[in-house]
Amino acid sequence: MHALYNFVTGPLAWVAFILFFGGMIYQITSRTLLARAKDGVVFEYWNFYYALRSILHWICPFASTNSRRHPVLTVVTFAFHLALLAAPLFLFAHITLINEAFGLSWWFLPDGLADGFTLLVIAACIFFAVRRQIQPDVRYLSTGSDYAVLFMVAAPFVSGFWAYHQFPGYSVVTILHIVSGEILLAAIPFTRLSHMFFFPLTRGYMGSEFGGVRMARDW
Amino acid sequence: MLDVAKVTQEKILDVGIEEGAADLTPERIQAVIRQTLASEGGARIKTYVDTCVSCGLCSDACHFYLSNNKDPRFAPAGKVKQTLREMIRRKGAVSVEFMKKASEIASTECNLCKRCAMYCPFGIDVAFLMLFVRRICHKLGITPQYIQDTANSHSATYNQMWVKDDEWIDSLLWQEEEAQEEISNLRIPLEKEGAEIMYSVIGPEPKFRAQLIYQAAVIFNVAGLDWTMPATPGWDNSDMCMYTGDNEMMARLKKAHFETAMRLKVKKIVMGECGHAFRSVYDMGNRALGWRMPPVRTVHAIEFFYELIRDGRINILQKYDKPVTIHDPCNVIRGRGLHEMLRYVTHAICAEVIEMTPNREHNYCCSAGGGVINCGPPWKMKRVDGNKVKAQQLFEAKSKGAQTCIAPCHNCHGGLEDIIHHNEIGMDLKFLGDIIYAVMEKPEHV
Repeated sequence: MHALYNFVTGPLAWVAFILFFGGMIYQITSRTLLARAKDGVVFEYWNFYYALRSILHWICPFASTNSRRHPVLTVVTFAFHLALLAAPLFLFAHITLINEAFGLSWWFLPDGLADGFTLLVIAACIFFAVRRQIQPDVRYLSTGSDYAVLFMVAAPFVSGFWAYHQFPGYSVVTILHIVSGEILLAAIPFTRLSHMFFFPLTRGYMGSEFGGVRMARDW
Repeated sequence: MLDVAKVTQEKILDVGIEEGAADLTPERIQAVIRQTLASEGGARIKTYVDTCVSCGLCSDACHFYLSNNKDPRFAPAGKVKQTLREMIRRKGAVSVEFMKKASEIASTECNLCKRCAMYCPFGIDVAFLMLFVRRICHKLGITPQYIQDTANSHSATYNQMWVKDDEWIDSLLWQEEEAQEEISNLRIPLEKEGAEIMYSVIGPEPKFRAQLIYQAAVIFNVAGLDWTMPATPGWDNSDMCMYTGDNEMMARLKKAHFETAMRLKVKKIVMGECGHAFRSVYDMGNRALGWRMPPVRTVHAIEFFYELIRDGRINILQKYDKPVTIHDPCNVIRGRGLHEMLRYVTHAICAEVIEMTPNREHNYCCSAGGGVINCGPPWKMKRVDGNKVKAQQLFEAKSKGAQTCIAPCHNCHGGLEDIIHHNEIGMDLKFLGDIIYAVMEKPEHV
């Protein structure tokens, strides 16, 4: 078990980090070069003021018309994304590991709150999965990969919750937690989760076009 | 729950799609899709298709979706799923039947109105993706017949309606003569080099709606403007090639239009009340030619009327007395933000304005734009039934007292006319120019 633990927290963690950061750099660079070659308008019309104006309207809950039309989804989506980022980044146990490995540390959440965030992420994943099943248009649009992505996101949170509370078999689940977290990190640049870094670009371009050319709001 | 498989739709046959498809093989389809994706499909296509998380938030943006009992196949992302996403996923290995359906979806179920870009949190431009599908269909020769015919007219004559060069000049002289019975010294100056304004219209104006040229001439003359109209090809500012995916021809048409204005050394082009023509000079055609903005300042009729009224160049004798409602055309509202100017003009010339909601940038499209009405009679009822939400809006406006709908766009006129007739709404439809002509102060001699 120790050898396995050392493997998943050592070499495998490095692979995940390299795929995550390297993949992200690769995707953004290659997409930018492709845009240079084929989408001249993106650079021509890009405008930081209008891009930011649009992005802000879409990352603040209820600032866009469509987010006001779907209040429940808006609340769940914003809470989900917030918890999804905050729980792992500001978890005491994670920061301890980082501190042991790199000597770095930062502010962390009280464990109880992190626990709440974890449950929130899991509940939101269930909400999204049910929504994919019961809302006809979303059901029609969904493919296997959409469910797979949801599963990939939920897995480290379910296993993390399990391990933290030391439910039966938690030592194995801890390994599963680490591996599933690594799979998630590595998958971000290469799946629809890439909206994490493509969102500001697609939204920003549409904001630039609407603001600078179309002279109309896009929210 | 709606069972998608059970929703059946009457099959519409379009000779352009059918006969074009008869010559296709899966190998040819695959070659064309791959070639088009490799040479023209850039970062936007890839990012839009790869990033969509199928959340369904775009669905409610689309009038086709809302009007077809929320059939998910009409959701913007649903149209991408049935067309481009599948083409990319299968690396072009799709069947002839698949491409026929893709042509139908891209050309007759999407008005390219871009409303969904305002409802997608990521700002994915589905209109842009549907245009890419049309581009592939163009290369495969499976564009719907009626719109292909107008594109052919553009290629042969540089206008949309097979108007011959002498017929164009004749139409202008005829309208000048007609208008001289009202204002004896009125002129429609042809080929006046160095005039301040070149006035350009779409092909259907001399063909079917010549009175619009008459009315415009009266407005120009009364306002005392230095204007001209070209007597050569390049007079038509419309561009159906933009909508068939014939990007090369789209660029040639815009080049002819801009070069005509440059030859006449005018300071600006004023365009008639047409939405898609404005899109072609301000959004798509100029880009195809490498112009960030049109090389000659181009002003849509709404902005032109706004300036005339604001500057007191024309006076309103008595406001139009029937209550009106305003239809916001996508291409000049979501395309150019003219909604407040449209309201300024409408309030200046009409006694009572009753708003439809949603309006301004959030308006529902007329369902005729994006070349859909130009796909002709085979697709008419699909288009009209695909916009029950607009019919609903018009009914609501009527129930609040509106008797006239103002739509400053030719395509919107065509689309709304069909919606009003089919649903027996009983509402008049007017251009701004119709009303301005009727209510403005017109001295006998100017």
